[in-house]
Amino acid sequence: MSAAVEETSLGLDNRKLAMWVFLGSEFMFFGAFITAYLMYLNTTAGGPDGEIFDIVYTSVSSFVLLMSSLTMVLAHHAHEQGDMRRMRMWILATAFQGLVFVGGQAYEFTKFFKEGLVPTASPFASSFFVLTGFHGVHVTVGIIMLLGLWSYSRVGKVKASQPLKTEIIGLYWHFVDVIWVIIFVVVYLIPWG
Amino acid sequence: MATTTAPPQARSRSVFSRPTALDGFKGYLATTDHKKIGIMYFWSVMLFFFLGGVTAWIIRAQLASAESTLVTEEVYNQAFTLHGLTMVFLVVMPLGAAFFNYLIPLQIGARDVAFPRLNAFSFWTFLFGGLFLYSSVLFNAIPNGGWFGYAPLSTQIPGDNMAFYAVGLQIVGISSLSAAVNFITTILNMRAPGMTFMRMPVFTWMTLVTNFLLLFALPIIAVALFMLNGDVVFGTQFFQPATGGDPVLWQHLFWLFGHPEVYIMILPAMGIVSEVMPTFSRKPLFGYAAMVFAGVAIGFIGFGVWAHHMFTSAVGPVARSAFGLTTMFIAVPTGIKIFNWVFTMWGGKVKFTTAMLFSVGFVSMFTIGGLSGVTHAIVPHDAQQTDTYWIVAHFHYVLFGGALFGLVSGIYYYFPKVTGKLLGEKLGKWHFWTWLLGFNLTFGPMHMSGLLGQPRRTAVLPAELGTDVALYNVLSTAGVAVLTVSASIFLFNLVTSLRSGEASGDDPWDARTLEWMTPSPTPYVNFYEIPEVTARDEFWERKYAEAEDGSLRPVPAGASQDHDPSTSPASADEHGDEFPATAGGTATVDTSGNAKASPDDVALPEDEALAKATPDDHGGDTEHIHMPDPSYWPLIMCVGLLPLGYGLTFANPALLVVGALWLMMGLFGWILEPVAEGDDDDPEPSAAAA
Repeated sequence: MSAAVEETSLGLDNRKLAMWVFLGSEFMFFGAFITAYLMYLNTTAGGPDGEIFDIVYTSVSSFVLLMSSLTMVLAHHAHEQGDMRRMRMWILATAFQGLVFVGGQAYEFTKFFKEGLVPTASPFASSFFVLTGFHGVHVTVGIIMLLGLWSYSRVGKVKASQPLKTEIIGLYWHFVDVIWVIIFVVVYLIPWG
Repeated sequence: MATTTAPPQARSRSVFSRPTALDGFKGYLATTDHKKIGIMYFWSVMLFFFLGGVTAWIIRAQLASAESTLVTEEVYNQAFTLHGLTMVFLVVMPLGAAFFNYLIPLQIGARDVAFPRLNAFSFWTFLFGGLFLYSSVLFNAIPNGGWFGYAPLSTQIPGDNMAFYAVGLQIVGISSLSAAVNFITTILNMRAPGMTFMRMPVFTWMTLVTNFLLLFALPIIAVALFMLNGDVVFGTQFFQPATGGDPVLWQHLFWLFGHPEVYIMILPAMGIVSEVMPTFSRKPLFGYAAMVFAGVAIGFIGFGVWAHHMFTSAVGPVARSAFGLTTMFIAVPTGIKIFNWVFTMWGGKVKFTTAMLFSVGFVSMFTIGGLSGVTHAIVPHDAQQTDTYWIVAHFHYVLFGGALFGLVSGIYYYFPKVTGKLLGEKLGKWHFWTWLLGFNLTFGPMHMSGLLGQPRRTAVLPAELGTDVALYNVLSTAGVAVLTVSASIFLFNLVTSLRSGEASGDDPWDARTLEWMTPSPTPYVNFYEIPEVTARDEFWERKYAEAEDGSLRPVPAGASQDHDPSTSPASADEHGDEFPATAGGTATVDTSGNAKASPDDVALPEDEALAKATPDDHGGDTEHIHMPDPSYWPLIMCVGLLPLGYGLTFANPALLVVGALWLMMGLFGWILEPVAEGDDDDPEPSAAAA
């Protein structure tokens, strides 16, 4: 972090700046999906509508995902302290919570499938699955990044002197969480019908 | 890729060891050098430009006579769709990217882009995306729903045609998105010392704006394409009116991307013209700040005008009025630019080289296109013209007469920079005048035939439109013949100049900006010494000072030069103090001009002085300069996009899995491959890191 930062024009590491720039793009990506979802909120073509959502169930998995942001911060903090053992522990905890969320989503999708809410059912169903599905893909990519970080720190490719790497993955992870907060409110909490 | 001076480490060769070839075919496959990537973009564009020309011929041959049956309607639909897709996504955009790649690091005084391997990834993704789109020929499934792909029309076309459209554009979009992240980071973060935002060359500014437009516009088309892909291949219901799908949703998403896209194509050309005009007028750019402001304003307003593509769709009177007003408003910054170019030439010693001719051509043709564009902002007027050849005439005047003229101007201007040779001026002038004639002959009559009611996107020219319209169409087709001759002249000129062009020297145009401080062709390391920037036209200020009567005086060779490289890091902030000693021989020169000279100068206007900027000047040692290592992984990773793409096109889960795994494998190879000089990251633990 030290050497590279002084050389850049903005004083920010290139990789960190690039992640911020990329996340700017991601907001537009989810923004467009959310817009389509809101447009099709009531376009259910006689199929299942928002009544099918189990708010309590999804609240729990959302809570798990939100808590993973806390463990991500703790991992970054431990890395900054140079405590790699604790950093790895918190990284695993974060990845585990991400897995719980994705697993929960997979279960939720299967349940909806059985109840007749499939992506081909209606514009509402299509936009629900594509919006939450792409978010799930983002969480999965984040989990892969976290596990990569974990294994590289074990073999020494990620060193105690490089908390920046944890920080950048953390930026991505927090973004995925923040987007879920918006999606959760839009999909599960606002009234339909 | 932070610079590090860690000693080279001996590593055993493995799949993860870095390739070492810098030259030849292998050197290109593994390159991470922004200059080579720029050159590869250029030649790929030439290939696609040829294919775009072929499709243009199919269109014009069919329309040369009324009620023609030369090609079937299906072939015509495929031809005009492929023509639009090719020219927009595979010619104008990547030709802009070729210039970004070659010039941006040079213009900001950097040795490469921020992420060289990502840059290679962008190129290969673009190339594979283009080839993927054209591979639809093999499956008899060439996209046939127009480059705009209006759903639900496009979702109702049987066959895989529009799946190829959705997936092909998606791949090309990934290329542009990764390039946008790369170039924004590069421009924001890798400028040479002293290069503040308001000292950046205008081309760099326009590149920055363009890449922000790409960054925010591409995710929207990505969403639209995912939806279309789902509807066409996987049975989702986004655009199906039968289940309540909204037919206007696609238009909103597409044009929310599509209108910024227009500026994505034109802004790089505007940047190039802003470099060419001052050089050949021998004046600084008129109104630099206004020029930059106008570019940024275009970027912002460009996101607020998209519905003027939909005035005849169901968007309602309020939206029509609002978007009509914003569309008129965007003409203001564009007008600022036009006037500033004119005032740059005003009173200058204008030298009409081919590059300058193309730039003047850009300004005049783009003005015509801009004026017909304003007519679209008037809603009732637009309602009359929608889907007529008036529209076709308009957007070819801004994209061909605008973007392409500007980019070709850049090819003539920067050819010596890339090759060390001049692109033939005599043939160049033939190229320009035939190009201008052919262009106006092709697209000028379309204004008339459009106003007389000729519909666009229609395979057969109706005979009932009368002989006037038929005549205009004959003229248009004749114009394409002239353009073909002109393009052949250009290609011939390009090839002969590459082989046996006149040597250009390092600074053939007496140019103004940093990229011309390096020898031509640009050496591998770009700058032997990173220059310190003290002025907007840095190179010009180093060459010339203003005498007391206001006339230019060259700074004598050696007057501001030859510091000991061993002291350079320490002396970076001391140029003001060193100046009096170095300028001893130029007592008549106004000090305010000469104070720009810094001890970090490496290049002088005189040829013998430029010779000093060779490695020998620094003990023949460029080894200490850390350059990005070549890598095969970007190419290897991109190969995975093909199975993934075909999997999405044909709904084949096996291909999808193969593609996803391949991409993962490529990604990890990318991460695991070592850097020849040791760890690419931070040096070993230091106190500051904790």
